[in-house]
Amino acid sequence: MSAYSITEPTRRSKWVAALLVTLYTVITLLPLVWIISTGFKSGQDSISYPPKVVFQPSLEGYVNLFTTRTRVSSDEFGNLPPPATWYDEIVRDQGMVIAGPSRFGERFLNSVIIGFGSTFLSIVLGTLAAYAFSRFKVPLKDDLLFFILSTRMMPPIAVAIPIFLMYRSLGLSDTHLGMILLYTAVNISLAVWLLKGFIDEIPREYEEAALIDGYTRFQAFRKVVLPQAATGIASTAIFCLIFAWNEYAFAVLLTSGTAQTAPPFIPTIIGVGGQDWPAVAAGATIFLLPVMIFTILLRKHLLRGITFGAVRK
Amino acid sequence: MAEVSLVGLTKSYGTNRALADVSMTIPDGAFVVLLGPTGAGKTTTLRLIAGLDRPDAGDIRIAGAPVTADTPAQRDVAMVFQQYSLYPHLTVRENLAFPLRSPVLNWPEAEITRKVGEVAEVLRIAHKLDNKATQLSGGEMQRVSIGRALVRNPRIYLMDEPLSSLDAKLRADLRIELKRIHAELGATFLYVTHDQIEAMTMATHVGVLDAGRLVQFGTPREIYENPVSAYVASRLGQPRINLLPADAFGPAPAGAVQIGLRPEHVRIGEGQPATVRRVERLGDQTRLHLTMGPHEIVTLTDPHTALAAGAQISIRPDTPLWFDASGNRT
Repeated sequence: MSAYSITEPTRRSKWVAALLVTLYTVITLLPLVWIISTGFKSGQDSISYPPKVVFQPSLEGYVNLFTTRTRVSSDEFGNLPPPATWYDEIVRDQGMVIAGPSRFGERFLNSVIIGFGSTFLSIVLGTLAAYAFSRFKVPLKDDLLFFILSTRMMPPIAVAIPIFLMYRSLGLSDTHLGMILLYTAVNISLAVWLLKGFIDEIPREYEEAALIDGYTRFQAFRKVVLPQAATGIASTAIFCLIFAWNEYAFAVLLTSGTAQTAPPFIPTIIGVGGQDWPAVAAGATIFLLPVMIFTILLRKHLLRGITFGAVRK
Repeated sequence: MAEVSLVGLTKSYGTNRALADVSMTIPDGAFVVLLGPTGAGKTTTLRLIAGLDRPDAGDIRIAGAPVTADTPAQRDVAMVFQQYSLYPHLTVRENLAFPLRSPVLNWPEAEITRKVGEVAEVLRIAHKLDNKATQLSGGEMQRVSIGRALVRNPRIYLMDEPLSSLDAKLRADLRIELKRIHAELGATFLYVTHDQIEAMTMATHVGVLDAGRLVQFGTPREIYENPVSAYVASRLGQPRINLLPADAFGPAPAGAVQIGLRPEHVRIGEGQPATVRRVERLGDQTRLHLTMGPHEIVTLTDPHTALAAGAQISIRPDTPLWFDASGNRT
């Protein structure tokens, strides 16, 4: 048992610690608060100066995010039947009518498919590769590991042009598969390195015991190594998802239609006379949610120590 | 329940020669204790028999059939490790049931529950069955890991210092328990220990390893009374055998360089003068630390002896062992 004790901190140092943590939290949360509140402002309030902290909340941004609208002449406007729904009414208040749904829904779905798809693939391949690197005698192991890491030594966008040309001739441009493969390729080096560290920490004796207990190596991997690597897998998955989810440059370059993800789409939301800031903010808010939920779900694993206390010393 | 024979086993890890040409036959139902200092190759021998490592050369046969190419699961052996004994993500119950749920055995749940309960009773961990493996004390962990070997009925039990982390009382109890299990099952045991009492009381055979070589294999009595070398002689015996220059007590046989005296082989009352430096009273025995000229000697005496530090006595050897320049018996 690795019990440890530290000297109880003084009351003052606890206060200082609490203050610092609070300060840090405020600083990091401020942009988020700004984005979320802007999503509920009207177009006018969103660009008012000085910025309004207290404002009349409105769902205009969210309605605009999910719809396309057209302006109609004042004659026609007067002849329209009364608005049928609450969102019709919000659009009418802006002097417009709903022309149809926007593409935000499908772009968001693309992000989900590509983000989670590439995370899943990175984790599966990364775990298997990391296990092999950790446990087997792989020829040129160190060189291979360095080579894998070296793909992260330049900004991925530096190879944008070759990838663009490759993808065009392979027919992978603007496809889900293409984006999943690309993000997996970028993430896998991180996944292999992180997971190798976690798997190295799991003593071989556990697998050896399972082998003797009558399991095959793969079964031992599944029943003994994977559950213990859960912490590492969870944190690696969060890193991979955050990268794939937020990636902007390749998404702009390689997708335009079918497979376009949300990041390149959100800033293109144009309202009357320029950027529709409440709609952009609403898009960013909704876009935040999946990663936030994913992280909250895996939080338990992030906080839990690995194989804590299981080792007889 | 099988005879194990090792033929010319050799194994190196990198440049480190762990086992060199080890051959031994472990009879069916034997309880073999392997002795030797750290690095002598005891654990390597167990790992090779278990199939966790492949020998560089040599053959392993279990019940007459070569198993060198078999996986650990195919060999049907159980092993208790010295460390990292339990699966930390499972409860005690799940740990004990783990071997029985393997694809090789795949027992019905009712049978598993019965067997796990039975073994937990024997090892006195029944009240901890639903604890996580990580919530146990070191001794409890080790008992569970012995239990994981006992739930099955393997052909061979391999144990790597299984009792070393337990307190004296529990160690004594489990020693008897293991011996009882051995007698009852008639299974073949291969057991690594540093503990003389374990070696002497449990073993039917003792193998002494030195730097990867098997230097002697025989019954505990043979090893104790008739060691082939000074090295083997110093493996067993508590306090250890006294090794002195051959001529310490007068003329020695031709070729002898060292005289080996077990503590009980020092006769007090006649012979060379010696001084008592320290008296250790252990209750059932009393040890005397003597100096005889430049030499230090440890011997046993009557528990109620009146001797005290500084006393002058005379001693002489009684049935000593003689060793030549390379440490072998002459």
